[in-house]
Amino acid sequence: MDLALAPETLARWQFGITTVYHFLFVPLTISLAALTAGLQTAWVRTEKEKYLRATKFWGKLFLINIAMGVVTGIVQEFQFGMNWSDYSRFVGDVFGAPLAFEALIAFFFESTFIGLWIFGWDKLPQKIHLACIWMVSIGTILSAYFILAANSWMQHPVGYRINEAKGRAELTDFWLVLTQNTALAQAFHTLSAAFLTGGAFMVGISAFHLLRKKHIRDMKTSLRLGLVTVAVGGLLTAVSGDVLGKIMYEQQPMKMAAAEALWDGEAPAPFSVFAYGDVDKGHNKVAIEIPGLLSFLAKDDFTSYVPGINDVNKAEQEKFGPGDYRPNVPVAYWGFRWMIGFGMTSFAIGLAGLWLTRKKFLLPQHLRVGDDEVPHLVLFRNKALNPKLTRLYWLAAIWTLAFPLIANSWGWIFTEMGRQPWVVYGVLQTRDAVSPGVSQGEVLTSMIVFTTLYAILAVVEVKLLVKYVKAGPPELTEADLNPPTKIGGDSRDADKPMAFSY
Amino acid sequence: MELHDVWFVLIAVLWTGYFFLEGFDFGVGVLTKLLARNRPEKRVLINTIGPVWDGNEVWLLSAGGATFAAFPEWYATLFSGFYLPLLLILVCLIVRGVAFEYRVKRPEENWQRNWEHAIFWTSLLPAFLWGVAFGNIVRGVKIDQNFEYVGNLWDLLNPYALLGGLVTLTLFTFHGAVFTALKTVGDIRERARKLAFKVGLATAAFALLFLLWTQVDGGDGKSLVALVVAVAALVAALVANQAGREGWSFALSGVTIVAAVAMLFLTLFPNVMPSTLNEEWSLTVTNASSSPYTLKIMTWCAVIATPIVMLYQGWTYWVFRKRIGTQHIAETVH
Repeated sequence: MDLALAPETLARWQFGITTVYHFLFVPLTISLAALTAGLQTAWVRTEKEKYLRATKFWGKLFLINIAMGVVTGIVQEFQFGMNWSDYSRFVGDVFGAPLAFEALIAFFFESTFIGLWIFGWDKLPQKIHLACIWMVSIGTILSAYFILAANSWMQHPVGYRINEAKGRAELTDFWLVLTQNTALAQAFHTLSAAFLTGGAFMVGISAFHLLRKKHIRDMKTSLRLGLVTVAVGGLLTAVSGDVLGKIMYEQQPMKMAAAEALWDGEAPAPFSVFAYGDVDKGHNKVAIEIPGLLSFLAKDDFTSYVPGINDVNKAEQEKFGPGDYRPNVPVAYWGFRWMIGFGMTSFAIGLAGLWLTRKKFLLPQHLRVGDDEVPHLVLFRNKALNPKLTRLYWLAAIWTLAFPLIANSWGWIFTEMGRQPWVVYGVLQTRDAVSPGVSQGEVLTSMIVFTTLYAILAVVEVKLLVKYVKAGPPELTEADLNPPTKIGGDSRDADKPMAFSY
Repeated sequence: MELHDVWFVLIAVLWTGYFFLEGFDFGVGVLTKLLARNRPEKRVLINTIGPVWDGNEVWLLSAGGATFAAFPEWYATLFSGFYLPLLLILVCLIVRGVAFEYRVKRPEENWQRNWEHAIFWTSLLPAFLWGVAFGNIVRGVKIDQNFEYVGNLWDLLNPYALLGGLVTLTLFTFHGAVFTALKTVGDIRERARKLAFKVGLATAAFALLFLLWTQVDGGDGKSLVALVVAVAALVAALVANQAGREGWSFALSGVTIVAAVAMLFLTLFPNVMPSTLNEEWSLTVTNASSSPYTLKIMTWCAVIATPIVMLYQGWTYWVFRKRIGTQHIAETVH
């Protein structure tokens, strides 16, 4: 079956769908693993029951989420071979290594210790059980690092040479692949965004309960933890984004010019607030700009020259031969803006919340509340927000809980589509990367299968999340409060039901 | 022994690990319909593998990732060539993972029953398909001079490969039944032993036929030794099972898997994916492998990481060493 499409079109759509979908679960997994581990540490250290209830509550949402992250990750491991066999042949020597490291080091860690954590409540002494969730957390972060190093190599290939005889790239410096500035900045950016994502998720769900005046004591703790996570994660996301942006101006000027719809180089270069342009003619019809700001973002001063799309295109034509080296400019332009806009909205809501719910000792006597009361939202000294605005804040926190997920998705769409037509920047074009032996019918089949399956699972997953969010933290049992002292469990009663069973 | 030979062995080790471990948890999945009589028994079965199936599955991801890194050409030809069967396996693994995790999360009868069907089918199909895939790898497929697979789906469904599928399906089910007998208490343990015997006989018949066919087609002295070990271990596993020595029986069914995989890889070497069109076009350890530098780094990683993985995964089995029965399964929905 042959469709009137370029061979890479369907393969790209499939990769886009499966990867964006997979990445809905990844950042939540990374951050919720660490946050759950933090809460459980608080329980072990303070023995306050609210921490254990919170651990169980967030841990459950974490598990519902990680199940999806794990299974959709399996596809990622194999689809390079399925749809991108020429890519795999060309880059396997370089790109395969971090992937194999990820599996051998990070995946084993994650998946083994998650089993121990899920089933280990009545089988492991308290501290060993706690160590297991930390191991999971370390596994998720290591995993992110290796795969981001691999992706960074596609953004900015280093530590390799081209073997003409074999027609492939070969690794010459693995350490450089792991530690080049692109990899470090991408890891920093992606991980901080992951924590922004988990923080906003926690804030939104806590706000949901607090608005209904339910589970107040537990949710106040979670709210504060979430807000702090959003504030720190959001700040670091912005800082690392700036660092990564500057690196990209060096390494892929085309991507950043497209992100700004800057068609022709300027000095000083303006930051675009809104643009609507004509791709064929290579200029903007409408442009609202802030003078000099782009120079600052790219080079740290307000006067520097920043090359435009047309300039870079010409330079690449001279270097790589005739062709169109421009990515899809509207996607890059708007993707960049949605990424920043959605991400920073969550950051702002988190910062506002952090101030509005500040600690008791910063508040006058009459605005302080007990542990079992919903906190007042206090804007100025002595004055709490009126009920309408209070309600509005809680609603805003709830409605924006998925904003970082949208920001993450656009971030990936921007960075991957902004690199086009290259799959490995400057080395291999996407059209030369597809599987020549796989028919479009086969790709279409797998795309329909994955998309349908993923859509069904999305409904199932979201419904489950909603059910367990609404249920709130569980009541603690006798067994929860008396963890075993021996590995394998205390044999007080051989026929006692397991603390957790599938 | 050059590094690419070392990596041929390491890839074999990763696949062996995968089939040994996920083999019994596929088998347990199949037994949820063959052995369990009611929901509590189904849950006993599922919970014998509950804490470990996820870690077991990572052996597959490691085999895949390591093949990508050490033999990019093999990875590219194999997964683009076996496209639709691999798609089916991936779909099964996706649904299976979610099924274990989500089945217990809602009390509705429909919900639980649907996921139980899912667990059965998504265990059975990959257990069968992996055998078909390996049958084809060993037998060789239509590969052209560019290392592209040029056959079609029906070429993959040849009698030898289908027989391979029956071997893995029955062998994994046997392995799972023996594992169940080792991990459970009560009535289900007795029935698992009885069923293991029946499934074991079928396994022996299929395996003997398949391995002999392999030996006649492309075997040598070494592969013959592996064949004898595989068959002897299987027979011994059956005897141990009848004698009620469950630990021994499980260890021996494991040896059967190890020896059978070893035999396939011994027959394969030095090819990794032979071409049936022209011997010159076969993928071998030399023409499919990565550069020595990459192989060296990968060797360090594998040599250090794999034993550590085996240690902590082994520890997991120690933590969950207690047998379980229906009395250990709580009623509540999590």
